[in-house]
Amino acid sequence: MDMFLQQALNLLQLGSIYALLAIGFSIVYGIVRLVNFAHGDIFMVATYAFFFLSTWLLTYTNSLYLVLAITLVLVAAAVSFLAVGIERVAYKPLRSAPKVSVVVTSLAVGLLLQHMVLQFIGPTPRRVPRLVPDIKFQVGTVNIELYQIVIIAVALFIMLLLSLFIMKTKTGIAMRAAAQDSTAASLMGISTDYIISVAFVVGATVASIGAGLYGMAYPIFDPYIGQMINWWSFTAAVLGGIGDFKGAVLGGFLLAAVMVISPMVLPVSSYRDIVAFGILILILLIKPSGLLGKKIIQKV
Amino acid sequence: MFSKKIVSLTLLVVVTATLFVINHFQLIGAYYLQIAQYIGIYAIMVLGINLVNGYLGIFSLGHAGIMAVGAYSSALISKFVLTDPVFFPLNIFLGGVFALLAGFLISIPSFKVRGDYLAIITLGFTLIMRSVLQNIEFVGGARGLRNIPSNTNIAWVFIWLVVAIVMVQMFIKSKYGRATLALQQDEIAAELVSVDTKKTKMVVFGFSAFLIGVSGGLLAHLLSFTNPNTFGYAMVSEGLIMVYLGGISSITGSLLGAGLWTLLVEVLRPLGVWRWIIGAVMLIVVMIYRPSGLAGGTELTIENTVSFFKNIKNWFASKTKKSVTSDNDSGK
Amino acid sequence: MTNETILTFNKVSMYFGGVKAIDDLSFEINKNEIVGIIGPNGAGKTTVFNVLSGVYIPTSGDIVFNGKRINNLPAHTIINSGIARTFQNIRLFGKLSVLDNVRTAFYGKTKYSIIDIFLNTRAKLDEEESMRQEAMTLLEAVGLADKADVPAASLPYGEQRRLEIARALACKPDILLLDEPAAGMNPNEIDELNKMIVSIKEKFGLTILLVEHQMRLIMGICERIIVMNFGKSLAMGTPSEIRNHKEVLEAYLGKGRKK
Repeated sequence: MDMFLQQALNLLQLGSIYALLAIGFSIVYGIVRLVNFAHGDIFMVATYAFFFLSTWLLTYTNSLYLVLAITLVLVAAAVSFLAVGIERVAYKPLRSAPKVSVVVTSLAVGLLLQHMVLQFIGPTPRRVPRLVPDIKFQVGTVNIELYQIVIIAVALFIMLLLSLFIMKTKTGIAMRAAAQDSTAASLMGISTDYIISVAFVVGATVASIGAGLYGMAYPIFDPYIGQMINWWSFTAAVLGGIGDFKGAVLGGFLLAAVMVISPMVLPVSSYRDIVAFGILILILLIKPSGLLGKKIIQKV
Repeated sequence: MFSKKIVSLTLLVVVTATLFVINHFQLIGAYYLQIAQYIGIYAIMVLGINLVNGYLGIFSLGHAGIMAVGAYSSALISKFVLTDPVFFPLNIFLGGVFALLAGFLISIPSFKVRGDYLAIITLGFTLIMRSVLQNIEFVGGARGLRNIPSNTNIAWVFIWLVVAIVMVQMFIKSKYGRATLALQQDEIAAELVSVDTKKTKMVVFGFSAFLIGVSGGLLAHLLSFTNPNTFGYAMVSEGLIMVYLGGISSITGSLLGAGLWTLLVEVLRPLGVWRWIIGAVMLIVVMIYRPSGLAGGTELTIENTVSFFKNIKNWFASKTKKSVTSDNDSGK
Repeated sequence: MTNETILTFNKVSMYFGGVKAIDDLSFEINKNEIVGIIGPNGAGKTTVFNVLSGVYIPTSGDIVFNGKRINNLPAHTIINSGIARTFQNIRLFGKLSVLDNVRTAFYGKTKYSIIDIFLNTRAKLDEEESMRQEAMTLLEAVGLADKADVPAASLPYGEQRRLEIARALACKPDILLLDEPAAGMNPNEIDELNKMIVSIKEKFGLTILLVEHQMRLIMGICERIIVMNFGKSLAMGTPSEIRNHKEVLEAYLGKGRKK
C-alpha cells in the first residue's frame, strides 16, 4: 500500500511536468496545426538559461524562493522572445506550404538549437541548483520531498491559470476561435499573426516553467535532452487528442502513469520503452484520434 | 546502333568491374571510399523512406527501427548461418526480407490511424525495436553485435544502389505506383475507383522496408559492428532531413539528399559542431524556398537539365538587357 | 431492352446516431435503365450512392447487385464487381495526369503481379500498353484525348467533370452512378451532357443512376424517377407521373394555403 502511495506521488509529480509539456505543444498545434519538433530543444535552452541565471543569482542572495520566482519569470520571458523569433523567421514563410515541410523545418530548428548550445556552451552535463529548500517529511509511511509538492502545486496553478486564460479572456477566446477556423476568425477582426505569436509565447512560457520544474526533480542535463523531451511531449499531446487542452493534461498523466508503472510490471528498467510504447500503441489502435480526440468524419 | 538497354547494361558492368578493381587494389584512398559507401548506403535508405514519406505521403518515423531489423538480421546470418563471403548478397537480401516483414507489420496501423497519431505508432516501433535489441544478450545487448565480416565494398554498394533505383522506377510506373500517388491525393476516391488501399499500403511499406533493410545490412557489414543506439532519435531525424532536403517523391531527390547531407557531415568534419549548424540553416532555407525539397516531385532528365541551363542563360541575358535599357532611361 | 433487375434496395436504412439519412428505402433498378433520384437538399440522395458504393455499411436492409448481397463488402470490391461513380464535389487526383487518373481506375482489373513489375516481364509491358490504349479510347469518348498528359487539377471545371466520367468508365461498370453531373451548367451544356450520357450508355451497355437537381436533365433523360425526402422515398414513376404528383409538388413548393 505504501509502495502504491509512494508511486502515486511520483506519478503526480511526473504527470504534472509531462502535462505542462504536452499543453505547450498542443497549444501551438491547435492554432497553427504545426507539430513543433523544436519544442523539446526550446525546453533544453530554457533549462540552460535557468541554470546560468539561477547560478548567477545565487551568488548574490541566499533566498531560494526569490531566485526561483525571478528565474521562472525571466527565463519564460527570454524564451518566449526566442520562440516568437523562431516563428517569424522559420515558420511564418511556410504558412501555406505543405504541413510536412514545416514539421521538417521545426526538426531543423531543433537541431540548430541543440548544436548551437553544443558549440557555444559545450557537451558536459551540468546540474541545475535546486531552488527549493531540502525539506523532507513523512505522511504515514510515504516519504515526501518539498520540491515534489512545489512541482505539483506550481504545475496545477499554471494549468488553472491557462484554462482561465483560454476560457475567459478575450485573447483566449480569440485563440479558440482561430483554432477552430482561422479564416472566419480573421474575418472577425482577429489578427492571425497576433494569435500565432500569443500561441508561441504561451507554449514557450509553459515549456520554460516545465523546464524549471523538471530541473528540480531531474537536475542533471546536457544539450541532448531536447530530443527525448521532443518525442515525449509529442506523444503525451497526441495520446490525449492533439490540440485539446484537457486531452494534453490527460495525455501527460497517462504517459507518466505508463512510465511509473512499467518498471513495476517489468522490473528490468531497460524494458520501460517497450512497455510504455506498447501501451501507447494499443491505446491509439483502439482510439485512433487519441483518448479525447474527435473523429473527423469526412464528407463523401 | 546499339539499343538503349544494351548500352546501359554494358556501362553498368564496366563500372561495377572498375569498382571491384579499385577496391581490390586500393586505388583510391580508404577514406574516400568509405564516404562514397556511406553516400550509397544512405541513398538506398532514403529511396526507401521516400516511398512512404514521399510518394505515399505518410509521415512515418519507423525507418530507424526497420534499418535495425535489416542490419541485425543480415549480420546474424553472416556470422552464424551463411558464413562464407560468397553468400554476402544473399545475406543482404535476406536482411531486406526480414525488414520487409517488419514493414508489413507497421503498415497495419495505417489502415485505421491517421496523421500525427500514426507517426507516434511508427516512432513507437523504432523505440521498441531499439529497446528489444538492447535487452537481448545474444545479439550483444547494449554493446551491440561485433565482428561482423566486413564484406561491404564500394562495388557492392553500387550494385545495390542501381538495383534500388531500378526497382523504384519500375514500381512508380506500375499499377501500384499510380495507386500510391492516387492514395496520397485522395484515399477515399482511390478506394472508390477500385484501388485496394489496404493492400497498396502494405506493398509500399513492405517495399520501402526492404530497401531500408538492405541499407542497414550494408551498413552493418561496412562498420563490422552494429549497436542499438545507432538506430534511435538521431537516425530518425537524419533520415527525415535527407528526404526533405533532397526532395520528396523523387529518385533524384533521394540521391541528392543522401549525398548532400553525408558530404556536409563528412567534409565539414573539421568544423566540428558548426557543420550541424550550417546543415540545419541550409535545410531551413531550402524548406522556405522549396517546401518539397530541392528536387521534390521532379526527376533529373536530359530535357530538364538542358532547359535548366537554358533558363540560367536567359536569366543572365535578361539582366544584361535591363542594364542597357536603364542606361537609355537615364539618358532621357 | 431486358426487364431484368440489376440492383435491389430492400428496406435499406442508414442511421448516423440519431440522424436517419436513409429510412426504410426500397426500390429496384432494371438493366439498361436510366433512373434519376431527386429530392430537396438533405433528402439522402448522395447517401444512397455512398451506401451503394461501400463508403458506409447500411444500418439495416439489403443491397443486392447482380444477384449478390453487397452490404458488407469493402468499397474497392464493390467497385470491382461492376459499380462506378462520380462525386458531387469533383474528386480527381489533381496532381496526376489526365491519363493517369483514368489508368488508376484499372487497378482492380490489372492482372500482373509484383514480380512482373520488378522483372519488367513481357506480361507487364503488354498489359500496360493495352491499358494505355484503353485509357486513350475512353479519353477520346469524352473529348479529352489531347490533354492526356496535363495535370488533372489544371483542367477547367467542365472538363474535370468529363474526366471523372471517363475515370468511372475505366472501372468497367455495369452501373454508373452520376452525382450531380450537371451542377453549374447552362441549358446548352446540359443538352450536350444529355447526349453524352446517352451515347456512353449505348456504347458501354450501362445502367445509369443519376442524382440531380437540374430538372432539365432529369426530365430530359430519365425513364424513371425516384423522389426522396427525409431519407424515405416519396414517389416513384415516370417523369410525367412525377411532374404531377401531389406530394412531390408539396415537398418542393410547400403546401398551398387553405382557401
